[in-house]
Formats: sequence, structure tokens, C-alpha cells
Amino acid sequence: MEHEFQPAQIKHKYFTPWVIVISLIAATGLVFVAMRYLFGLGAVTNLTQFFPWGIWIGLDVAAGVALAAGGFTTAALGHIWHRDKYEVLVRPALLTAMLGYTFVALGVVTDIGRWYYIWHPLIMWNGNSALFEVGMCVMIYLSVLYIEFLPILTERFIGRVNLPGILSAFNKVIDSLLRLLDRTLNKFMFVFIIAGVVLSCLHQSSLGTLMIIAGAKMHPLWQTPVLPLLFLLSAFSVGFPMVIMESISASKSFRLKPEKDVLTSLSRFVGPILGVYLAAKIGDMFIRETFVYLTELNLASIMFTIEIVVGVVIPLRMFLSSSVRQSTTGLYIASMLVILGVVLNRFNNFVIAYNPPYTETSYFPSIGEISVTLGFVALEILLYRAFVMIFPIISLPVKSALKKTKYAIKGV
Amino acid sequence: MGELNRRNFLKTLGVVGATVSGIPANKLLAQSKTELSEDRMGVLVDTTVCIGCRRCEWACKSAHDIEAGNLESYSDESVFDKMRRPGNDGYTAVNRYENIQNPNKPINVKVQCMHCDRPACVSACIVGAFSKKENGSVVWDGSKCIGCRYCMVACPFQVPTFEYDKAIQPNINKCDFCFGRTSEGLLPACVEICPVEALTYGRRRHLVEVAEKRMELYPDRYINKIYGFTEVGGTSWMYLASKNFEELDFPKLGDKPAPGVSESIQHGIFAYFVPPIALYALLGGIMWISKNKDSKVEGKE
Repeated sequence: MEHEFQPAQIKHKYFTPWVIVISLIAATGLVFVAMRYLFGLGAVTNLTQFFPWGIWIGLDVAAGVALAAGGFTTAALGHIWHRDKYEVLVRPALLTAMLGYTFVALGVVTDIGRWYYIWHPLIMWNGNSALFEVGMCVMIYLSVLYIEFLPILTERFIGRVNLPGILSAFNKVIDSLLRLLDRTLNKFMFVFIIAGVVLSCLHQSSLGTLMIIAGAKMHPLWQTPVLPLLFLLSAFSVGFPMVIMESISASKSFRLKPEKDVLTSLSRFVGPILGVYLAAKIGDMFIRETFVYLTELNLASIMFTIEIVVGVVIPLRMFLSSSVRQSTTGLYIASMLVILGVVLNRFNNFVIAYNPPYTETSYFPSIGEISVTLGFVALEILLYRAFVMIFPIISLPVKSALKKTKYAIKGV
Repeated sequence: MGELNRRNFLKTLGVVGATVSGIPANKLLAQSKTELSEDRMGVLVDTTVCIGCRRCEWACKSAHDIEAGNLESYSDESVFDKMRRPGNDGYTAVNRYENIQNPNKPINVKVQCMHCDRPACVSACIVGAFSKKENGSVVWDGSKCIGCRYCMVACPFQVPTFEYDKAIQPNINKCDFCFGRTSEGLLPACVEICPVEALTYGRRRHLVEVAEKRMELYPDRYINKIYGFTEVGGTSWMYLASKNFEELDFPKLGDKPAPGVSESIQHGIFAYFVPPIALYALLGGIMWISKNKDSKVEGKE
């Protein structure tokens, strides 16, 4: 028997013991964020004149952008290739991407010295700068993500606008405005969906161009002119594992049945994509003959090996096995390994590989930096939980499958 | 013929795309091939002449409104025990290295921004706060800077420094080649104060000739290399020395400009905006086709 799925608000208690723990982590992070704004970067971070970028760029921004790749990969599969089966995953992935990019932006604002000038790149252009391109694309893509989220907003409130007291006089007006917005969006949404995918491809790869200019300051195991390609491929490969991981986590947390059939068939794509990524990475290593650096035993070679073996080779093997793909636990572990691998890759590129001259000391993140990074992740989880309870994001099986509800984008 | 037409079409498409998005195509295409002036200035630092008096450090601070203290205190040689770098409290620093041939005459090396001909900071800066001036100076514009510190990541000489202790309006600091002074016809402060003429200020192309002449006249005094002549595409500040530059803590760099690779990738991805627009068109096509296929299948059911 075929189940019909429909996005619905999750009804569940918000606070559980785990959620309280996560809230505490978020609160700690916010304390350090406040300290950074009050006393400056030096008061909170271990950054120096030699190590100007730490984990706020390497993890919050670089890894954050990569892990939000679930949004555009799922949108491409569901809306551009019209694989309707995966429709149930598009909204959760969109929410993650939206929250993810919001926190990438917050991470950037927290990291730059003159945060109140964040708007400068909009009018002060430097087309030669990879960072300029990343900044512009991220700003535009963040707006696109908000627009893509609007239909969920209208769906939630059309016919249900109920303002308290005097404001209730506006209920009708707001309702018709929402309906107008919904109709207009329906017609033009395809423009934003394609734009979202193009913008993602652009800045996911340009994020890889960033460190190229550091030249010899970057360890040869990572410094390569094909970095943009490697960043793009790794973003492709982490997209679906993120969606799988989140779907299983949300199901566990809300005691729902995981959408296993959909996840299993989605996971078929992961192995081949990871394979292409691994081939590019190994190929680059052999063309530049950088494998010689793996014979030295040091932090760089160890981190590179972990990144490749634990983060790519093992999950690749797992995703190619059909018994792993059939098992929820197997899928969860394999997805977590891919995620770990990509996070490690971004961390390695921006932190481990960066070896500035003139300093004997090396960089290790401060308690404050770690707290802020963890705090932002915790806030994201808390917001995700709140959003799926307020908005129809997660699809639940509908018992009476009489009415066929389609969420394909109209107007195409 | 058809190929040509297609190419033209794509080109037009690119220009149209750029115009639509409000971006002047030439602005984004402009690789940093900003014409370098033939008459750009430079400084030749002769480390065999420098006596390590550090008056340049004092003059630099005084010229840039940094607390400089009294000049006498600069004769304290204990500062040489540790290698120092240019920083927020002074845009130049002199380091001392031992001289094996003549232990009584140590080698002193003044360090500051090299004022690259193809500067990585100019290419990297997200808002274009750095610029290479006609007279060779690489100058930071504090009204644009957002404090992202990408210049510090990019600089092959690790020169720009950031004011981490400031919560509001932290600056990026580095030697500006006394752009304000030279615009008024004055010498850079360090060059002016140098008592032994270890620093020679002049047109870069003349300085190269001067350096070559010195190496030719005194082959025993110098190794046969001008550091900065070709490094990362050439720098405005150049050095002569009696021993290998790497032993004097100069980074070993190639002749290719630091921003070369990243800029060609950037401009490859954005060439006339064709790749992004083509990708957009491709995805649009796929969307259309798969949508149609979809409705056909549904129609059969």
C-alpha cells in the first residue's frame, strides 16, 4: 500500500532534557559573542598577526556553507529533475540551508573587525577577489533561500490569520495579501530555484579559490589550482548525507517513523558522487606528486589521511553496500562520516594547511572561539526544532489518501 | 561560420547578462593588469651598509603618529635578541643576523611592506581597500576596509597587521611608503633619516641599475642577487646582501605574481558571465524537459 505524505507541523513538547543541554551551549556561545562585540576580537580569540583566520572562518563559514549544500542538491533533484519521490525531503533541506546560511552570515559578521561595514561589498566591488564573489553569492543566495521559504509561510497562514484584539481588523487584508503573494510566487518560483542552484555552484567552488592566493603559505597536500573543483565536488557529496542525517535525527527526536524508503533510494546517489570526489582528490595528488608529503609523519599528513580514509573512503564503501543503505543505523553512520570528512576538509584547508612564515607558535582555537562555534550550531538546532513545530516542514503520512496533494512547483 | 556565429551569440549573451545584472563587464574582466608606471619609485636596501641604528624605526613612527619615544633609546641593542616584525606599533623593524666572515660587522635587515608590483592584498581585498599607486606605493584605504583580514592571509611577506584589541574601527596597518609625504615631494621618513645611505630612494628601474653596478664593482661584498627584482612579479623595495637571503629570513618565492592563479580561476568562472548563465540555461532546460516527461507519464496513467 502506498502512503501519501504531506508536510505538517510537528506536535511535540519543545523542551526535553537534551534540548535544555543544547540551550545551555547556545547561551554560553552568546555570552562570548557579546564579549567579542564589546571588547574586540583579541579579547575572545587566539588569532594573531600570523593567523588571521581561525575556526570561525574554517568551521562556521567554510564548513557551514558546505553542510548547507543539502538545500541546493535536494532542490535540484526534486524540482529541476522532478523526482517527486524526494519531494518530502525538499522542505527540511531548505530549512537547514536557510538556517545554515543565516548562521554563516552571522559567523562572518562576528569574525570581521568592522562588522557594521558588512554592506560595503555591495557597493565597493573588487572583481579580482574570490572573497568578493563568495560574499556576493552568499548574500544573494541567502535572499533566494528566504524567498523559497515564503510559500511555506503562506501555506501556514492563509485562512488562518488570527491577530489578537484590535489588530483582528486587519485579518482579512493580510489574508488576501498572503494569497496574492502565494499566487505570484507560484508563477515565478522556478526562477529562484534555478538561481539558487547556480549561485550555490558558484560560491561553493569559489570558497575553494579563497586559499589559493595564500600560495606557498599553504601546505602542498591541500594547495592546488583545482581546489574550486574539489570544494564543489565535496559540497555535492555532502548534500544528501546531510539530508539523510537530519531526517533520521528528526525522526528519532520526534519519535516518527523515518522515511526509510526515500532515504535508501536517495543514498544510492551518494556513493558515485563520493567516488568522483575521491578520484579527483587522488588524481590531483598524483599529478602534483604530493603523496611524498604523506611519508613524513606530522600533523598535516595525519590530518590529510584521516580526512581521506575516515571521511571519504570508508563512507564510500558503506554507501556502495546495499545492506548499509537498507539499514537506518548504517545510513546514519555513513552519512555522519561524510559530514565529518567534509568538515575536516574545510578545517584542514583553512586552519591546518595554513603555515605562515615568521612564527614558531601555531594556532589553537580559544575557549571563546570554540564556545561561539558550538553555540551557533546549538542555536541552529533549536531554531530548526522550533520551525518544524511552527511550520509545515516535515512530511507525515496521511491516512486518507483521497486528496492528492502535489507540491511540485507550478508555473514551469 | 556557424561556430563563429555561435561564439558571437555567446559573447553578446554574456555582455547582455552583465548589463542586465548591472555590472560593467570590463570592470569584472579587468585582471589586475593595471598599467604599472615606468616611473614608479622604489627603495634599494643595502644590508651591507646598514648599521642597525634603528633611526628608521623612530622616523617611521613619528611620521605615522605612533608613540615613538626618544631617539636615544633606540641605540639599545638588546632588542636584536629577538626577531621582530613590522606591527601596529611601527611599520618597520630592523633585525640583526650574525656575519660569519666578519663577526664584528653583523648584518642588519630592515623589514617593511615590499610594495609588490602585483600585490596579493590588492587582488584579495573584498572591497578593494588596497590600491597600487602610480608612484609604486601600495596603500590601504581605511574608509572601505571591513576588517576581514583576507589581506593578511594573502600577503606572501606576512606584512599587514590588524588591531585585535579594538572593538570599534580596528585598522589594518602596514608601511604606506609614506604616501602622504611623497605626494608633497618629501622623502619617505626612513630614507630621509638613514645616516649611512643604506636606503636609496629612486625610480625602480634606476635602482635596478644601481644594484647591478654595485654587484659588478664589489663582487666580494654581495651575493649575485637582487631580492625583489623578480620575486612574486617584482617588488618596489629591493635588497642587496652579502649572504643567502633565506638565511636572512626572506621568504623563498617564485617569480609568478601572487594573485595570478586565483585571478585566472576567478575570471575563468566568470568569463563574460557565460558559465553561470549557461549553467542557468542548462538547468532551466532540464527542468522543462523533466517536467514535460512527468506530465506525459501522468497522462498515461
